[in-house]
Amino acid sequence: MDYIVHILILVAIYSLLVVSLDLALGHTGLVSVAHAAFYGLGAYTSSLLAVRFGVTFGVGILAGMLVAALASFLLSMPSLRLHEDYFMIASFGFQMIVFNIFNNWTELTHGPLGIPGIPPPRILGWKIDSPLEFLLFACFFASLAYFLIIRLTKSPFGRVLHAIREDEIFAQALGKNTLRFKMIAFAISAALAALAGSVYAYYVSFIDPTSFTIMESILIMSMVIIGGAGGPWGPLIGAAMLVMLPEELRFMGFSSSIAANLRQILYGSLLVIMVIFRPRGMAGRFGFGR
Amino acid sequence: MKNFRCNGLTKSFGGVHVLTDMSVEFPTSGIVALVGPNGAGKTTLLNILTGFLRADAGRVFLGNRDLIGLSPYRISRLGIARTFQDIRLITAISVIENVLLSRPNQTREHLLSALFYFGVPAEEVQNHETALKFLRAVGLEEHSGILAGELSYGQQKLLTLACCMATEAHILLLDEPMAGVHPKAALQIQNLLRGLRNEGKLVIFIEHDLAVVRQVAEYLFVMDAGRIIAGGRPTEVLERPEVTEVYFG
Repeated sequence: MDYIVHILILVAIYSLLVVSLDLALGHTGLVSVAHAAFYGLGAYTSSLLAVRFGVTFGVGILAGMLVAALASFLLSMPSLRLHEDYFMIASFGFQMIVFNIFNNWTELTHGPLGIPGIPPPRILGWKIDSPLEFLLFACFFASLAYFLIIRLTKSPFGRVLHAIREDEIFAQALGKNTLRFKMIAFAISAALAALAGSVYAYYVSFIDPTSFTIMESILIMSMVIIGGAGGPWGPLIGAAMLVMLPEELRFMGFSSSIAANLRQILYGSLLVIMVIFRPRGMAGRFGFGR
Repeated sequence: MKNFRCNGLTKSFGGVHVLTDMSVEFPTSGIVALVGPNGAGKTTLLNILTGFLRADAGRVFLGNRDLIGLSPYRISRLGIARTFQDIRLITAISVIENVLLSRPNQTREHLLSALFYFGVPAEEVQNHETALKFLRAVGLEEHSGILAGELSYGQQKLLTLACCMATEAHILLLDEPMAGVHPKAALQIQNLLRGLRNEGKLVIFIEHDLAVVRQVAEYLFVMDAGRIIAGGRPTEVLERPEVTEVYFG
């Protein structure tokens, strides 16, 4: 039972990550491979505040989101003026820099040793430490993010994001400050990824840099593409598929090292198949087969 | 109304001079045609006037305001809207959403209003009515709910015009609005241009069909090799030998 709940918690955390990336990638057309960096910034900020200063989880989560949003401006302000391919390259560089900070700034992050002993969150004296309680905790934040994104994307604000995705020049000709819209969408996307990072850190109570590599960014991007970008159910389907499918490998008798490699092959193959045969993913509104 | 003009515009691509020290002053309202052979620099001029291209030298003024260096969205917000030679629309959203997108100063285009304004603001109800009015004007009201990508080429051209009008701009720059459309749709566009003129707007359009220019335009500028070679009333200008030389050799 605990194993199933654990998987469901991971689905909820990844749903939050996927829905946040979907705002940038699916709705606005910003191809970023730095999502794991923002996920890590949230996890490290809230963990360090909790472990070193005993800061409560609410403040820790908000601080993580703020740090990620500010970091997103550092990336987006210079690079979103450029062509979208250059933005992707800049996001790759950003991901590598942030990972190296996690890995090498040992005085702050303990480097590869990670940060152990992250205390479970408390709400008005209620300590959240059982798997079922964590499931509710993670689902609450995932639902909140879903609500936020749906509200944004169904509004005139979201209509401008869709216009930027389809034809930025047309949006500019209509008087839309597309750079501002892109920076805001990217900052919200980063802040929600940081929220997922904080929830993850409180859940596992130990974090290290290996959870925030570029492979993680690619996994999250694969979830968006396979689930389907821009649609309400796409993120949930993508997260559930890519969290649950590899779990099957555990029951097929493969050793953990082989299973890990098979997982990468599975993600890669699914991605290629979807882009070729179903560019809108399982339940997407926008395609990637341009 | 503010006076729209440019002085000494120069633009080269590599070694090719597309605009050479070009100056022109447009009337404050009316229909102005911009004609000239391919490569004369008409679209380049439109791109510079709307901020999509930077001139190598020269200035563009709206009243006393210098527009050089302003981004396209700022120029659009000053009341200068445009269409493009290639159709530019958001094909994945509905026809009416394209027009709604074009409406200026929308409250819920701001992040906090989008998140925390519950219900539909009166402004959006009004914008919906206005969008339908523009669609009616271009004959697309009954198609308002379908995806813009499902319209025919001619209908898409009409929709771009509706979007341009929906910005409430005073100056409309239209790059070949009648190219490739059915003669019936072209007539409809001509009537729309006259309607805009009657509202006191300035419409500047690029056109190759001189018969259309004679019928619709009140002023005509002829361009060749990056310069204005003639300007004035179409009937007079089209009789000038330098213009017939450019067109008929």
